[in-house]
Amino acid sequence: MSTAIADRAPASGPESIQTFTVTVIIRRFLPGIDLEPRWEDFDVEMLPTDRVLDALHKIKWEQDGSLTFRRSCAHGICGSDAMRINGRNRLACKTLIKDLDISKPIYIEAIKGLPLEKDLVVDMEPFFDSFREVQPFLIANSKPKEGKERVQSPEDRARFDDTTKCILCAACTSSCPIFWTDGQYFGPAAIVNAHRFIFDSRDESNVRLDILDDKEGVWRCRTTFNCTEACPRGIQVTQAIAEVKQAILRGKP
Amino acid sequence: MPTESDSTVVDGVHYHQFDVVIVGAGGAGMRAAIEAGPKVKTAVISKLYPTRSHTGAAQGGMAAALANVEEDSWEWHTFDTVKGGDYLVDQDAAEILAKEAIEAVIDLENMGLPFNRTPDGKIDQRRFGGHTAEHGKSPVRRACYAADRTGHMILQTLYQNCVKFGINFFNEYYVLDLVMTPVTASDGTTSDKPSGVVAYDLATGEIHVFQAKAVIFATGGFGKIYKTTSNAHTLTGDGVGIIWRKGLPLEDMEFFQFHPTGLAGLGILLSEAARGEGAILRNSEGERFMERYAPTIKDLAPRDIVARCMATEIREGRGGGPNKDYVYLDITHLDPAVIDAKLPDITEFARTYLGVEPYTEPVPVLPTAHYAMGGIPTNVNAEVLSDNTTVVPGLYAAGECACVSVHGSNRLGTNSLLDINVFGKRAGNNAAAYALTVDMPPLPPNAADWVINLVESARASNGTERLSAIRKELQDSMDRNAQVFRTDETLNEVTRVIENLRERYKNIGVQDKGKRFNTDLLEAIELGFLLDLAEVVVYSALSRKESRGGHFREDYPTRDDANYLVHTMAYLTGDAHSADAGDHIRLDTKPVVITNYQPMERKY
Repeated sequence: MSTAIADRAPASGPESIQTFTVTVIIRRFLPGIDLEPRWEDFDVEMLPTDRVLDALHKIKWEQDGSLTFRRSCAHGICGSDAMRINGRNRLACKTLIKDLDISKPIYIEAIKGLPLEKDLVVDMEPFFDSFREVQPFLIANSKPKEGKERVQSPEDRARFDDTTKCILCAACTSSCPIFWTDGQYFGPAAIVNAHRFIFDSRDESNVRLDILDDKEGVWRCRTTFNCTEACPRGIQVTQAIAEVKQAILRGKP
Repeated sequence: MPTESDSTVVDGVHYHQFDVVIVGAGGAGMRAAIEAGPKVKTAVISKLYPTRSHTGAAQGGMAAALANVEEDSWEWHTFDTVKGGDYLVDQDAAEILAKEAIEAVIDLENMGLPFNRTPDGKIDQRRFGGHTAEHGKSPVRRACYAADRTGHMILQTLYQNCVKFGINFFNEYYVLDLVMTPVTASDGTTSDKPSGVVAYDLATGEIHVFQAKAVIFATGGFGKIYKTTSNAHTLTGDGVGIIWRKGLPLEDMEFFQFHPTGLAGLGILLSEAARGEGAILRNSEGERFMERYAPTIKDLAPRDIVARCMATEIREGRGGGPNKDYVYLDITHLDPAVIDAKLPDITEFARTYLGVEPYTEPVPVLPTAHYAMGGIPTNVNAEVLSDNTTVVPGLYAAGECACVSVHGSNRLGTNSLLDINVFGKRAGNNAAAYALTVDMPPLPPNAADWVINLVESARASNGTERLSAIRKELQDSMDRNAQVFRTDETLNEVTRVIENLRERYKNIGVQDKGKRFNTDLLEAIELGFLLDLAEVVVYSALSRKESRGGHFREDYPTRDDANYLVHTMAYLTGDAHSADAGDHIRLDTKPVVITNYQPMERKY
């Protein structure tokens, strides 16, 4: 046991200090200064364990303080830093530099389909509006026993476990080609959050099925699976949308 | 977003009126909003979108003696909380926390929170550090949980219910000042009463004054004074800093919790729930070293103790890795199915960030700055205090920014998600009830001037000092000198560093001169709060010449109840910008409330 543990230092542990230079090309847009977005190159010295967020911080803190992006927790749970990295939606704080092809520049731009505000920041209001529209809260008229929890079997709880993981980062919705061309479409994230309640055995409402049985609802989904590939939480988004379609056709489970 | 339409604009400043204004949209703020919102006109003002708040990063669970899986009682929970806090806990508050825990968990379940369930469909519970049956005899299953994303589910559920109640949110509005209006009482004495807050709208750069009958601070912690921390980049202690600058006291600031199991080198948290589910801490020899230090509950000893034991193992040469500078969290003996069901997120963190497969390899871990036990002093009604006993009418605080004190010198795991729910609810209820009894206080003239000046002088700053360099030097020095182990010498060293950095801060340069989404400007202002608070933390730590809970002084290694069984109260006096902390910080003490439990030696 003892030697086994001592020998098993992680190959890419915190003590590796091999740095290398990466070129990061960022789509910049400073309102009031730039009329159109423009691409700007930065060279940064990075460690293999660094994340794309570290590269952005290095640029902001050491080269150009005006570079603007959202971030908070820096480990993939707050959902602030979804962006397009080499053409794919990801969280900057969950994308390790070493997992990208560093022989080429790293291209970073804001997520698509939402109004661009500044650099990597978009207006999130239309996204949250869709979320709020699906009534994303438990609707149950029956009263639980005074001072007691509602009973739910582990199987019933497991039924909607996947969609409870959503962090509302918008990586899925802003990777959806339908959403790019039709901003009225609810989009995958709102449907995922409807799914979370539709399949919760404690919920007693059909209202979300009516809301999503709409021309801007689930039927717009063309199952391109971009959303599932984009989800940093590994949620089976396309499957959840398919399950909501089934529930509309066959009634709430 | 904000649905209220009756705001006015005067000289470019927006003015709003609400009965209750809540600063911060984490767990405590939104729990308060759910109480206040349906009763009075309420606004929540948040630097972030609500679902970005750091409550969402909490993992392991929320304590409540539901006794769903084994015998438990709120009285045992009270005792554990008091003992866990090394007897610096106010016992009346701890009793409220433990008693109201049960209702707090049921509230959340009824709101829709998807807790993990027992086979018969009740809320499942698991073990956590320092939570025991029969006053320390054995670990008890008290933590209610939703996999290892309990905080995420609490934050989501509270936001969902705020949507349901149509709460007004002002997202990405950064509150920078508490407005106080001088009021003359019938006996001729004058005192300051809160009349609102002033916020900077990050999207537009415009200033908003929120006039209010009651204000609740729920702004979270300030872990970013340290380098290695589980805290978000945005946790810069703005709310606590605002209160400090107003001349109101801060309590027990020397007590900061270092969570034992941060990913080595990164500080990202691996929940204590791992040890609750059976994970074991091992040194380089593979030894389960906690057996030597805490023979009864071993790896489930409270965090301050485990963090110190880990640091001791490393100091004595039993750390792992090429530099022998971390220990291991071992879950390789757990069934992968159990890991996937109960600890999915933290195992993914180890894979993503360290490239370690927790099914088969132990994970390198190190203590990480995690939680401020101290903060804005309140009574059990969440009312903010201006000294040991005097309430500031209409001002409330709850959550990590507050010090009730239910955590004393060391918080037990799962008691923070509990704290935000119990005292967030109390704050919301009490602020709404208060707002129903008073008229709208008048704003003082030029209420926004101080903030306009702060923002504009930061924007105009063209100095040669880089923000990031100052911040890094602060964080490095705090890690080196004011972490798990402290001495007079190390604390004096970091005092000198902070003094120097505060001088250099006057000469910073902000590169972004724009109005919209100016995060460069935001970081400059945040750094000012970090420097202020680090100074208070270190100054308070220097004065406590004993070791208790999260504050361990190598030069005074034992607890000294004769001299230090008291809370520290720090006041800003004199010129806040004078170099020497002693010129502008005054320390006082406040008695600890002891009801049922006399201080004993703390053994586990």
